[in-house]
This record gives sequence, C-alpha cells and structure tokens, in this order.
Amino acid sequence: MELHEYSLLELSERLRRREISAIELTEAVIQQIERLEPQIQAYITLTPDLAREMARQAQARLDAGEWNPLLGIPVAIKDNISTRGIRTTCASRILQNYIPPYDATVTARLKQAGAVILGKTNMDEFAMGSSTEYSAFHPTRNPRDLSRVPGGSSGGSAAAVAAHMAIAALGSDTGGSIRQPAAYCGVVGLKPTYGRVSRYGLIAYASSLDQIGPMTKTVADCALMMNVIAGKDPLDATSVEVPVPDYREALRADVQGLRLGVPREFFAQGVQPEVAQTVRRAIDQLADAGAIVEETSIPMVEYGLPIYYILAPAECSSNLARYDGVRYGLRVGAELGHIGMMERTRAEGFGDEVIQRIMIGTYALSAGYYDAYYLKAQKARTLLRQEFDRAMAQFDALLCPTAPTPAFKIGELISDPLAMKLMDVLTIPVNLTGLPALSVPCGSVDGLPVGLQIIGKPFDEPTVLRIGYTYEQLTRQ
Amino acid sequence: MRYIPSIGMEVHAQLLTESKMFCACPTRFGDAPNTNVCPICLGLPGTLPVPNKKAIEHVIRTALALNCRIAPVALFYRKNYFYPDLPKGYQISQYGEVHPIGTHGYLEMVVNGERKRVRIKRVHLEEDTGKLFHYLPGESEVDYNRAGVPLMEIVTDFPPDLHSPEEAKEYLLQLRAILTYLGVCDGKMEEGSLRCEPNISVAPEGAPSLGVKTELKNLNSFRSVVRGIEFEVNRQIALLERGEPVVQETRGWNEESGYSFPMRTKEYEQDYRYFPEPDIVPIQITEEWLNALRATIPELPLAKWERYQREYQLSAYDASVLTADYETAMFFEGCVAHGCEPKAACNWITVELAGRLNEDNKRISDTPLTPAHLADLLTLIKNGTISGRIAKELFDEVYQTGRMPSEIVRERGLTQISDEQVLRAVVKQVVNENHDAVQKYRSGKTGVLGFLVGQVMKATQGRANPQRVQELLREELERI
Amino acid sequence: MALTIEQMRHVAKLARLELSDEKLAQFMGHINALMAHFERLQSLPTESVEPTSHSIPVYNAFREDVPGTPLPREEALANAPQARDGLFIVPRIVED
Repeated sequence: MELHEYSLLELSERLRRREISAIELTEAVIQQIERLEPQIQAYITLTPDLAREMARQAQARLDAGEWNPLLGIPVAIKDNISTRGIRTTCASRILQNYIPPYDATVTARLKQAGAVILGKTNMDEFAMGSSTEYSAFHPTRNPRDLSRVPGGSSGGSAAAVAAHMAIAALGSDTGGSIRQPAAYCGVVGLKPTYGRVSRYGLIAYASSLDQIGPMTKTVADCALMMNVIAGKDPLDATSVEVPVPDYREALRADVQGLRLGVPREFFAQGVQPEVAQTVRRAIDQLADAGAIVEETSIPMVEYGLPIYYILAPAECSSNLARYDGVRYGLRVGAELGHIGMMERTRAEGFGDEVIQRIMIGTYALSAGYYDAYYLKAQKARTLLRQEFDRAMAQFDALLCPTAPTPAFKIGELISDPLAMKLMDVLTIPVNLTGLPALSVPCGSVDGLPVGLQIIGKPFDEPTVLRIGYTYEQLTRQ
Repeated sequence: MRYIPSIGMEVHAQLLTESKMFCACPTRFGDAPNTNVCPICLGLPGTLPVPNKKAIEHVIRTALALNCRIAPVALFYRKNYFYPDLPKGYQISQYGEVHPIGTHGYLEMVVNGERKRVRIKRVHLEEDTGKLFHYLPGESEVDYNRAGVPLMEIVTDFPPDLHSPEEAKEYLLQLRAILTYLGVCDGKMEEGSLRCEPNISVAPEGAPSLGVKTELKNLNSFRSVVRGIEFEVNRQIALLERGEPVVQETRGWNEESGYSFPMRTKEYEQDYRYFPEPDIVPIQITEEWLNALRATIPELPLAKWERYQREYQLSAYDASVLTADYETAMFFEGCVAHGCEPKAACNWITVELAGRLNEDNKRISDTPLTPAHLADLLTLIKNGTISGRIAKELFDEVYQTGRMPSEIVRERGLTQISDEQVLRAVVKQVVNENHDAVQKYRSGKTGVLGFLVGQVMKATQGRANPQRVQELLREELERI
Repeated sequence: MALTIEQMRHVAKLARLELSDEKLAQFMGHINALMAHFERLQSLPTESVEPTSHSIPVYNAFREDVPGTPLPREEALANAPQARDGLFIVPRIVED
C-alpha cells in the first residue's frame, strides 16, 4: 500500500512513531494529485508550495516531540471555506479573484493542529447543486467511475479523499452536500448538529441550514477531524456552548441494545430498489450485531423538499446580496452608474442555477407572498421538527439511504433541474431539523458505492459515529 | 380658520459603545476613512454578526425609561436593499409588532404648565451604514467606518400626539435628556449622534382626518428641528389657505436659507423583504435581566425637575436648566449634599460654571471641579471669609487646578478684611492720595464713591469687605 | 401559483439582476415547474404553528463591548475593484 492510501488514523500513528515524515507524506499526496488531478479535477486551487512549507513546519513540531492526530496530515478544504491569503472562489465567477484577509474558524483550527493544506476543492457554485457540475470552472469526475459525477456540492472534497488526493477534507452541508457526495464516492461524510461546528468563514448559502463537516476515508478519521473542528466559537452566535466530547471514545464496535429506527418514508421517495436493498442489508447486519431495529414513520418528510426550496433560496437571496461589485469580487459595467453596474455584475457573475435560486428566494420574501411561501415553509419546518423529535425520543438513531440512487452520469440531469434536486430528498430533512447525520459506505450497486445514512439526536455525534464505526468493523475484509 | 399640526417624530440615536454593533471595530468618530473596518463590518463573504450586549442593554434601558412593553423574546431582522454604503446588501434591524425590544411606550413632558403624554410606537436597535462622498464627477467614494455602528430608533405612535412646534421641541428636549441621563447617547445633534426626522401634516380644526404629511430631513441641530418644523407647518397652512394641495414628499431643510425644499426620492414603495436574521439567535429578555437593568435607571429628568421645584423651591426655569443634563443635575445634587444652599449652588452652576464650560466647550467631567469645591467656596462666601470678587477669581483657579478654595485662601491670606482699624488706615491713605476725586465728591458728585471703593479694594488685593469700606469712606469724606 | 413574465421582471429588478427577456422566460419555466411541484405545501394546515427560524433553540449569544484591532487599511481595500486614497470607488450614484 502506498503512503497516500492509508487512513488518517494510521498515518498519524506512523508519524508519531517516526516511521514516516510529514514531508514525505505530503510529497506522496502531491504526487498522487499530479497523477490523477488532470482527469478528476477535484481542486479549484492547489497550493503545493504552501503544503510543502506547512509539512516542514509540522515535521519541526513532530521533531520537537509534539503530537496530535492531525499534525502533518495533508487535507483539502472546500472552496467556500475562507483561507487567509488563498483564493476562495465558491466556484463562482463573481469571486474568481477574491483572496480573504482572514481564516475561517475551522481553517484556523486545522492550522493550529498542524494539518497541511493542499488546496481548495471544487463544488457547485455557492454550494447550490448535487453534482459539482454547477461549478463555474469545471466539473469534477467520480474517481470510482470517471463518466459519473462525484455528487455535490462538496464533490471536489469527496473525490479528492476517494482518489487519495487528500487524506481528509472539509465539506459543507446545507441540504446534503457532504453526505450525498460521500455516498457517491464511497467515503465517510458527517454533517454535524447545527451549531456544533463554527460557520465563521464559511461563505453562506442558507445560514440556518449550513454546517461544515469532515469527509474522510474512515469513521475513525471522521472522529479525529471532529475533535479539532467542533466547539463553541465566539465569532459565530449560532454555535452552541454544549461541551465537546472526545469523539475517539465513540469508536467502539458495539451496538448492543441500541434502538435504531427505520423510517419507511426514506425508502420510498424515488429510492432505487437496489439501493434500498443494499441499505436494508446493512441495517440487518447491525441488527445481527445486537441493535434493536424497528420500522417507524415520519410522514412530514415528504414536505422536506418544498420547505427547503423556499427557505434556502430565501436566505440565499439575502446572503448573496453582498456580491454587488463594490468592495470585492467581479465588477462589470462601471460606466452604467451604480445600479446598472450592480445588475450587470450580478447577472454575469452568477451562474444560472444561482440566479434562479436568488429569484425564487426574492419572490418568496417579497411583499404579498411572504406569508404564503416563507412563513408557511417556516411553520411546516416546525411540524417536521416535531415529528423528528417524536421519532428521536423513541430511538437512538434513524437509519436510511443517503441518496436515492448511486452516482449518475455527467450531464445526465443537467437539463432536468427538478430531477437533480430530488437527489437531496433524503438528506434535506436532516438540515431542516438541525440533526447530525453520517453517511457511511455500505456496499455497491452495479459497482457504484451506496451510502448508509445514520441520523442522530442533537449533539449526539458520538452515537452516530459509534454505529458507523461498528458497521465499518463488521464489514472489514 | 384654525389649523392643527400633527407631528410624528422618528429619532435615531447613536449608542454610546466602545465597539460596533456586530464586530469589535472601534466606534470612534473622525478617524481616517476605512481604518475602523474589519471583515465583519465590510460584509466579507463568510463573516457573521455577533451582537454587542451593551448596545442591547442600552436599548432595553431606554425602552424601560420610555415605559415600553419589553419583548420577552426580541428578534433581529434583515432589511434587504442594495446601496453602495450598505456592505451586506441588507441592514440588520428589528421589525414587526412584537419583536422590537420595546413597543407601546410613552414619554411624559410638561408643556405650558400642562403634563402631556406622547405615545411611543417602538424602540429598536439597528446598525448604521457607511458614508458616501461625491468628490469627483462620474464616481462616488465610500468610507465604511460608520458601517455597523449601533443605532437606536425611537418612533412616536400614530396618529401623532404632538400638535405644535413647541410640543415637538419639548419632546425632543425631554427625549435627549432621558438618553443622556441613561448614558446611552451623547445627544450631540451637530455631530449626528442624535438625528431627528419629523413628519408633519396640518388639518383644519375639527377635521375628521389628518392632512397629507411631509417628511423633513437634514435637520442637523436642535435649532434646525424647531425652525424646520415651524417652517413646514406655516408652509402647509399657506398652501391650504390658497386652496393648493400638500404633496406627500420628503423635504430637505436648508439652515442658511431657512427653507425646506423637495428632495428626490424613490418613486415606488421599497420592498425590503424583511425576514428573521438567521445568523443571530433570539434575545430572551428575562424578568431577572430586566430587574437588574431597571436598577440602573436613575431618577429621570421630569421627576427631577418637579422635585427640584418642590424640595428646593427653585423656579421652573432654574430647575429645567439644572435637569437638562444629567451631569449638571448630579453636580447640583452633590453640592446640596455637601450642605450648599440650593439657590446659591444653582446660581453658581448655571452662571459661572455654565459660562466657563461653554467658553471652553467642555463638560463638567472634563474639569477637576467637584461639588466639594463649590460647597467649600460657598461656605467661604457665606462666612464672610472672602469677598464676592475674590470668590470669582478663586472659582476660576479651582476650575482649572482642582485645588480646594479654603486651602488657597489660607495659603495666600485671601481672607476678607473686615477689621475696622486695618480698613480705616487704607481708607485714609486712599482719601489722601486721590485729591481730585475727593473734591468731586465734596462738590456733590457722590457717584465717585465707587471709584474710591475700587481703590481701596485694589490696595487690599480685593480682600476688603466692600460693605465696610463704603461705610468707612463715607465717614472719612464727611469728616474732611 | 405561477409567476408571470412581469413578476419575473420585477423580481429581477429587486434582486439587481440584468436579465434578457429570453433568460427571464427560460428561468420562468424552471421556477414555475419547481413551484408547481411544491404546491402541496399550501394544503398543509399550519394555523396554530409557530415558525422555526433557527434549527437549535439557543438564546442570547452576545459579545462584550470591547474594541479590537481593525483590519489594516491596505487589506480592507485589497480586494476592491477600484480604490483610491483609502476609499472604495463606486460608479456614480444614480436614482432608481
């Protein structure tokens, strides 16, 4: 096995035991990127020089006897997470040349731990999409099948980890953008509880739904990443003061007595029968291991998509108002006066999908329609949450597929925006309720990876990770 | 026909905080452009607002002082519109019937001897925008130093309770006094930390509905507000008298010319698409928090004004001068606590002290002067230890150095001379040295006595008891 | 409820987007298809339901009133499309 193919946990152990150096590890990953990036195109911006420098610094810390699980580990960061001095584009023309003068809190935490930053990964523009085809720059290919999409919007991060072009990565998840690409690429992805990880520096799509999370090769790696990024941040008023556990302690291959609910609505909703079967097999394995599995029902789930496609565009229409050509980013049509300049800059700077969501959101908030759309959706969100609360009171976690199908072909759904949006139908309810959810690879259909989604109680990432870890151990070859 | 004006007041007060509303940038006024900015107040992608607790407490205290209903859960909203001085494309503000911090309040004031209640619709918190300049043709320039500075908005209820420029003036005076008492705003209209945008309409007496209103802007001083409202009331009455309609519009006030003029404004009603700010969690205002804040609210200006008249027998005018400003009122109360006779303290504060402060453009706290100093001085006068003239000179020195008057008196021997022997010697000397004046006096021009008193005072460095000097001079002059 | 081309034009104006009629028509098709799919939300009874604006019930996250260090001015202006003498330069202000 080559160096870059190991998991974060294994590599950090080898770094600690001085069997390898951070410099040699970073070099191995950079070489892997040089080999595969031309076909996969997981990155928007690569920073090999910076990575080498950071690896040297990490090695110096290791040499000085310091150690933590992320010290010297090469990671990739989704391009909607601010990195001081490194271009952060959100895969949009409007931010093509934008260089943040500050670090996102998660970036700062990774740096402090001594992780090595390889570059910024591709995504759907402003995280709006499910295939990474809505990047303003280029699509990313799925390492498991180059003719297919890696999912989205964190498709670049998922592909980079799957292709060993990063040991781990950060993604962001507003409606499934970590879990769905993780499922498509056969990696592990966690959307933490809303408020568990600071959003400061995450370029907002829909503020009440966005959450940053890890994308890794294993559940254990995911726990190690969470140990670094989770916690209250004074710069994010929505981050929560709940004590952060040591997520490594959740890594016990034991589900004995855990009550796991299987909501039947998550197996309807256009879920491909083979996918449903694959996921049910995984659930059976957990039952065999001692978990108490029961069917349950969350009827409101069918309203998830409509609620989401009102609330998320509404917030997005406001969040994206700052891109007006005045302080940063693209400016077109300066000769038109300030209004003409703003209108042309925004029309040329945003892609079609982003523009359409801005328009839906503007409409949903506008005078005369607010009550019928925005307020209605917020109330429906309350009902959805109440149903989830009831279900979560009975179970330790809920199990279901992450996505209705495996990865689709590049271009297959690009002209059918509605079908594309249906790919998020199983992940969206989780964002609307703020709950944590993990996607773990659970087999394949026609050679394409399928993800098992494990939904937990608020701030109960440990149980979610424990179930994922148990499943992973049960199925290890 | 008699016309009744109706005046609504929208006041914006910049809150006295060290840092901005949602970030730690300083709120300092007058710094070089774009030097008090950070990723948050510039609205850089990915940044988030975290509300300043002090600003919120300032607004809650104001809402309490204005007898408002306090929202058990207050929310911030986003007010969405585009303008180059607005960094995020929305202003974080408050909105609606129940979510502003304070609603359904009132302010009490006394106009023409009558107590009047002015209903307050809401007291809410928002952020300021940046500032646009137009230095060069074909472009504009933006400074974001002010962007994100906390602003409190105080709006009177509808239909308006204010029906004359005098009432509007008293409302603003009273409101400004309350804000300065609470220490939430410095009340300086000239620097823009207190801004007032009145809306004005007039209707014939007994008319069933209000007239068409205009909104007045660019009122940069207290005087402008009063003059602007007076002008607008008279302009509208003149229009109605001529049978012409009042046009609903925003008008700007020109202080030099003393006229208001129509301002160009947006033709259509803006659609601000308000919605709850998802980046800021709700503010829960508990009874416990309210009680703690209630305890920090001092006696308010109107109550003080009434008490000073009642307790200290001051005139309404004196009481209003003393209570217009919290610091002045507290200084006065300090003097009384130190045993000063209220009327005497009031005179020294409103004449000597106010004069010096005005000259130097200072506040009392900028000087070393304390109530103990004034009390000491007044005791020296009352005992006859020093003369009034010495007292004024002493006051000046104390105002500048902060030394105790009695200490200076002791050190320099400034004690008033009332001793007859000592005084008579000086009087004799003056009479001998001023032959001409003595002649004049004797020829009946008794007015020259003042000059001779002055000479005695001069010879004693002002320490002579003027009363005694006059008596002794008369005696001496009669004797010759 | 389907959007008309006039509403699309108004929304584009509100959102400061310069869109050709052709683009507006294309987007209108997509948006109306999506809205039609979501129409079922309207039949959901929500009379006595409180709206949810925040996923996790948390209150009172404040900062203390302590001033910090602002951004150096060069960094504040570094990403500006146009800047001069410490000021952001914008095209001339025009009225709506």
